[in-house]
Amino acid sequence: MSMATAIAPPVERENYLNKEYGVGSWLLTTDHKRIALLYLMSITFFFFIGGFFALLIRLELLTPIGDLVQADTYNKLFTQHGMVMVFFFLIPSIPAVLGNFLVPMMIGAKDLAFPRVNLLSWYLYIIGGAMMVHCMLTGGVDTGWTFYTPFSTAYTNTKIVEAGLGIFVAGFSSILTGLNFIVTIHRMRAPGMTWSRLPLFIWAHYATSIIQILGTPVVAITIVLVAVERTLHLGIFDPKLGGDPLLFQHLFWFYSHPAVYIMILPSMGIVSEIISCFSRKRIFGYHFVAISSLSIAVFGFLVWAHHMFVAGISLYAALVFSILSYSVAVPSAVKVFNWTATLYKGSIHYDAPMLYAFGFLGLFTIGGLTGLFLSALGIDVHVTDTYFVVAHFHYIMVGGAVMGYLGGMHFWWPKISGKLYPEAWAKLAALIVFIGFNLTFFPQFILGYLGMPRRYYQYPAEFQILNVFSTAGATILGIGYVLPMVYFLWSMRYGKPAPDNPWNAAGLEWKTASPPTTYNFEEEPVVTWEAYNYDEIDAEQNKKEKEEVKVVG
Amino acid sequence: MFDNFPLWPQRASTLAGSVDALFIFLLIVTGLMTVLVFSAVIYFAARYRHRRGVPAEQIEGSTPLELTWTFIPLAIFMVIFAWGAIVYFKERTPPRDATEVYVVAKQWMWKLEHAEGQREINELHVPVGQDVKLIMTSQDVIHSFYVPAFRIKQDVLPGRYTIEWFHPTKAGTYHIFCAEYCGTQHSGMIGSIVVMEPAQYEAWMSGSPSGPLSVAGEKIFAELGCATCHRMDTQGRGPNLLGVFGKPVQLEDGRTVIADENYVRESILDPGAKVVQGFKPVMPTFQGLVSEEQLNALVAYVKSLSKPVGQPSVKTASGQEMAPKAPAKGSQVE
Repeated sequence: MSMATAIAPPVERENYLNKEYGVGSWLLTTDHKRIALLYLMSITFFFFIGGFFALLIRLELLTPIGDLVQADTYNKLFTQHGMVMVFFFLIPSIPAVLGNFLVPMMIGAKDLAFPRVNLLSWYLYIIGGAMMVHCMLTGGVDTGWTFYTPFSTAYTNTKIVEAGLGIFVAGFSSILTGLNFIVTIHRMRAPGMTWSRLPLFIWAHYATSIIQILGTPVVAITIVLVAVERTLHLGIFDPKLGGDPLLFQHLFWFYSHPAVYIMILPSMGIVSEIISCFSRKRIFGYHFVAISSLSIAVFGFLVWAHHMFVAGISLYAALVFSILSYSVAVPSAVKVFNWTATLYKGSIHYDAPMLYAFGFLGLFTIGGLTGLFLSALGIDVHVTDTYFVVAHFHYIMVGGAVMGYLGGMHFWWPKISGKLYPEAWAKLAALIVFIGFNLTFFPQFILGYLGMPRRYYQYPAEFQILNVFSTAGATILGIGYVLPMVYFLWSMRYGKPAPDNPWNAAGLEWKTASPPTTYNFEEEPVVTWEAYNYDEIDAEQNKKEKEEVKVVG
Repeated sequence: MFDNFPLWPQRASTLAGSVDALFIFLLIVTGLMTVLVFSAVIYFAARYRHRRGVPAEQIEGSTPLELTWTFIPLAIFMVIFAWGAIVYFKERTPPRDATEVYVVAKQWMWKLEHAEGQREINELHVPVGQDVKLIMTSQDVIHSFYVPAFRIKQDVLPGRYTIEWFHPTKAGTYHIFCAEYCGTQHSGMIGSIVVMEPAQYEAWMSGSPSGPLSVAGEKIFAELGCATCHRMDTQGRGPNLLGVFGKPVQLEDGRTVIADENYVRESILDPGAKVVQGFKPVMPTFQGLVSEEQLNALVAYVKSLSKPVGQPSVKTASGQEMAPKAPAKGSQVE
């Protein structure tokens, strides 16, 4: 067989990438895989904008006095860093790129249920993103990504309405993606792909989609209310007009807390796939991991006011939200224990995706455990709105979510591009990201407990040394994030062609060609095996190898 | 010892000890959990690394194990929750006889006014060993009054009072930070709390001769003509304010509220909101007519009317006889 292909003229198989060429074939495509790549390019663009802001922030904080930029500029930097990273990178990152690419393939479908709606979602994202970019180029915003009132509605003179509308429009793209996934997962599974055979990646995206559909409209209407109060002076949030500023915080966090789970759940899904594959084992406690994704989605909606323990809510409200916050910590802990248990008696390979998954485990564990501090009312009073919170959520949203995203990008890159990435460089990048990340954010836990408030342009001199560590770490982290982009691009031209299933992984997506054809499967697959049947896959592989040895011998 | 490189914040209030104790407990608990997970991951990763010819052993899962690692963490979490709640309860419950300081926040400064009348900006002098209660409001956006050495923080909102308190235990100078982003000079909205030995504090106090805040409030009360209706007998068009503060008030709509700082404030700015039973909603609003400082003084005055007899401020109620002619004020204000 291999001899035959060697002799045959090197004709590339037709696939979704080389089927058509030209700008039009991309901008008008309804192929979920091409749309995933459109998203990949767009979110990468926003990631590096947000990262550039972060770098300037860290450089400013190298010294206690304000010297690199003006105070107002600094305030715009952290605001736009947050808005770009949250709304234009983290929320769409895994669902719109890897989810878009993989959800149909993993369940044995030709495409998402609504391919045109999928393309529409990308256009909405681009329109929202263009508004955000225009806003940033023509003055920017300085409210913090949280838009707290009445500062945002009555006091700042920056471009709140434009930034808000950009996020509003991008929000619809998120809703449409979620809607598409839910319908697809319900209606388009291949014969035999029962709910308990679904990859955990799918369960995670299902849970994520529920949050996107239920939560995003709330933040959308909240942004509209801010715009209305700002432009028409209707009293909604501003006490001077008879409004209530805490109402804004309730509405904002009702979405923005669950939004954290939009970022982390898909990452958890990826980690489940990777750990299972590189341990050559079915995931430990499959049903518990799947159910924990759903319970995170549900409980995630019941904890929003834990962002408001010192905001002026009642003592009893605080008690309720504190205890509920611990309830959402349980399913996260269950996941960590199950991943750990999956390693037990496995046959563990240390390829780059697995290193990223290990990195995820370490950073997510620290991020999750520091959440226990913040949910403890007595401690939250001291550390909320300090660098302790900044460190905590970066451990979850960057340490966890981005580590998982990069792990997934490496794991599925052969499938996406049809090329292999350079393994040694990928391992090096994983190591650099892990070290750089910890050096950047661990000192911030100490800074926070010492009392350094967040969003400070200048700070008392005693906080400097820890800030220097943090800035040093950020430069290392920056290199770690640039590396994968460089070698992924390099591999598209120079990388070795990828086999269809380079990891010998379970999952229907690996039964397609690399890169897949436009409709993914030659014929509709029929699933007769359980998810993560690594015992069968490895047994078959062994048999094949033995036969080959016999033939050669 | 590490003046330029501290690793633990100063501890200068009674609450600081309670918060630190819980924090250390959490460091230990989460430290153990981290060690448990990390050592398991590292051990498994090393022990079960891929070897040729050694296949992975498939394990389906284990419901007893799942239940164990669901409920044991949950139990630990509940302990943390309860402990955290106890500390929080302490943080949110100022002692009854605390000295009061009124705080007005604005972009980008803190104005502090002692009940005894001293005014300060971005600096607050207090004696060691005395409970201090801060009654805070903002003139513009949301701020947050944060003193890391005391482990206290409370957002300061426009349009209402929020409360926090502390009991300083160690003389020294400590940071006040604004902890809620409030615009351009947010990071410049810092100040210091100077905790002094009682004798020094007395000396500092006597250095600035000004009457108590409640006396200032009494003057404003008279100037605005409040006394025309809020008379010290039962004949006024508004309720008699003697002894009202801190007590439950029966409202016209049947509800009962406690006459606290926020209620007095609301009654001045939005008199129709909670009318006292037996009175008509005839009082006009004073929104825009009184500054935050004047409001604080009025609240301090109303409060002084509930102090036990023998305290000077109650006796000086004669001020209302001198009330100038003023437009008739409506009833209400408890």
